[in-house]
Amino acid sequence: MAKKTYLQALNEALAQEMERDPNVFILGEDVGRFGGCFGVTQGLFDRFGEERVMDTPITESVIVGAAAGAAASGLRPVAELMFVDFIGVALDQLFNQAVKMRYMFGGKAKVPMVLRMPQGAGIGAAAQHSQSLEAWFMHIPGLKVAIPSSPADAKGMLISAIRDDNPVVFLEHKLLYGVEGDVPEESYTVEFGKADIKREGTDVTVVATSKMVYSALEAAETLAKDGISIEVVDPRSLLPLDTETILNSVRKTHALVIAHEAVGFAGPGAEIAAQVAEKAFDYLDAPITRVAAPFCPVPFSPPLEQAFIPGADEIVKAVRALR
Amino acid sequence: MSHDKEIMVKMYTTMNKIRMFESMLQEYFAAGKIPGFVHLYLGEEAVAVGACACLTDRDSITSTHRGHGHLIAKGGDLKLMMAEIFGKSTGYCKGKGGSMHIADVDLGILGANGIVGGGGPLATGAALAAKYRKTQDVTVCFFGDGASNQGTTQESLNLASAWKLPVVFVNENNGYGISCPQCKSMAVTDIADRAAAYDMPGVVVDGNDVLAVHEAVGEAVKRARRGEGPTLIECKTYRWRGHFEGDACTYRCVEELNEWMAKDPIPRFEEKLVESGLVTAAELEGIKAAVKKELDAALEFAQSSPLPELSALLEDVYA
Repeated sequence: MAKKTYLQALNEALAQEMERDPNVFILGEDVGRFGGCFGVTQGLFDRFGEERVMDTPITESVIVGAAAGAAASGLRPVAELMFVDFIGVALDQLFNQAVKMRYMFGGKAKVPMVLRMPQGAGIGAAAQHSQSLEAWFMHIPGLKVAIPSSPADAKGMLISAIRDDNPVVFLEHKLLYGVEGDVPEESYTVEFGKADIKREGTDVTVVATSKMVYSALEAAETLAKDGISIEVVDPRSLLPLDTETILNSVRKTHALVIAHEAVGFAGPGAEIAAQVAEKAFDYLDAPITRVAAPFCPVPFSPPLEQAFIPGADEIVKAVRALR
Repeated sequence: MSHDKEIMVKMYTTMNKIRMFESMLQEYFAAGKIPGFVHLYLGEEAVAVGACACLTDRDSITSTHRGHGHLIAKGGDLKLMMAEIFGKSTGYCKGKGGSMHIADVDLGILGANGIVGGGGPLATGAALAAKYRKTQDVTVCFFGDGASNQGTTQESLNLASAWKLPVVFVNENNGYGISCPQCKSMAVTDIADRAAAYDMPGVVVDGNDVLAVHEAVGEAVKRARRGEGPTLIECKTYRWRGHFEGDACTYRCVEELNEWMAKDPIPRFEEKLVESGLVTAAELEGIKAAVKKELDAALEFAQSSPLPELSALLEDVYA
């Protein structure tokens, strides 16, 4: 199997779906000849033309809303916002329009659109270009939220997202774009709502998302040297959330650490912790712990930014504290 | 005035449908028979009817919180609409949407909308889909004077013009954004002037003259079908009722209301129809009587329909 970067995997997913289905098209900020801010749509403009790879003005509401309107009219748009932080400009078109149409209209509409947005800190982009906002989207009934960590998951989930008849928010950590992994050449799907156990273990469950999956795997290596066995569970989609796989892991390990880059307070880990507390309380031998960013905007200066971003060390510490 | 009797009679019929539908809602809302709240279209009938008479079933519209008129004019089923507004399971949205969210995607009705300015981007997207598929279909985006100030509207006008999308922006300027008069919320007198900023035609029409609306929108629809891009049409009109039923309307005077009620679009059209010799006064009475019957049947359907089963609560969240 060929090694590909996360970015190449996404690019391949887009190309294969556009090849397969003429209703699939791309619109967004600088997605055309420029190839997207981070390069995800590179080459697609030359291959599919400007009729299917559309550069929009920097007006996020109409990017999201036009995708919704086109999707409700039978197309399958894949919209890109340059940074997830810009969703604030366009939020109404997502959560009040695209997502609610089906329910409000009594099931008589479908809105098969994908909204791709890079997120995460680590490139010195400061408070308006670095957030992890997945918890916002998890709170919206009718939406699906993908947050893949590996290149193979990124490809398969993007293909699933494009074929899904519901609006999907697709969150890509910008520091994952260069990560390499085995990615099948052919087209395939990775189902939403199916967590992946990235490493099996027996002592502590670490539920980690996006870039924190790599931190969790790193922490697992460190802890293994001390004879502590970590199970790393990657939910891959937060909405729907595969609660069952998480619960099964906790029933086995009796301990849970949740790791994400979003701020901890009311973050995605709060929901995961609540689910486990409600459904597997008796299995827990220790309080549930969260490893997350502190409750502040993302700072600019490199040492401050690094202090903001949680990593393997914090996970190691959290696991040790349980024992 | 066109001498196509069929179109003229249809427009007259639809105006009366809207008038009677809204009057019925006014009565039943006051009697406490309708849950939630309703925004009535009384007095503005000529806009929806004149505009939608230019469209086919393949064409789309986006509507507003004051949407009943648009939906009826686009061919919405009166029974299903009435049942929805009464919160019944037989309604357009199985009682899940109510007055502000009625839609019929098969008829190109992409929904009324509870958000002021919410429809512009959606209409732009529907028009984008038509262009993408190389159909001749057009989308009409209805929006109010209040919505004309929203960023979503400006973004939509800009993109539609930059991409020459087949969309017609039909602004219903009824003078007030809820209680706030136009002069307090914008510096321009004519919203159509804003079209110049996007290099598209901007047209002001008498929104209480169904023929004027029909002609202006007809031109814009033809232009859109030819691939020449969008038009902004401002229809000057007035709502007879408050923003919502129950609004005491303390922000406007009765003289102003009376002045506009004297410009009632229905008798004005009636006069023209009879004068032209196209239709007799007796025929018009016959039309009204038939509409009344249809409305009575819709009301009966709505009232006798069951409320939704509670099991419907979690249905249709996802496709």
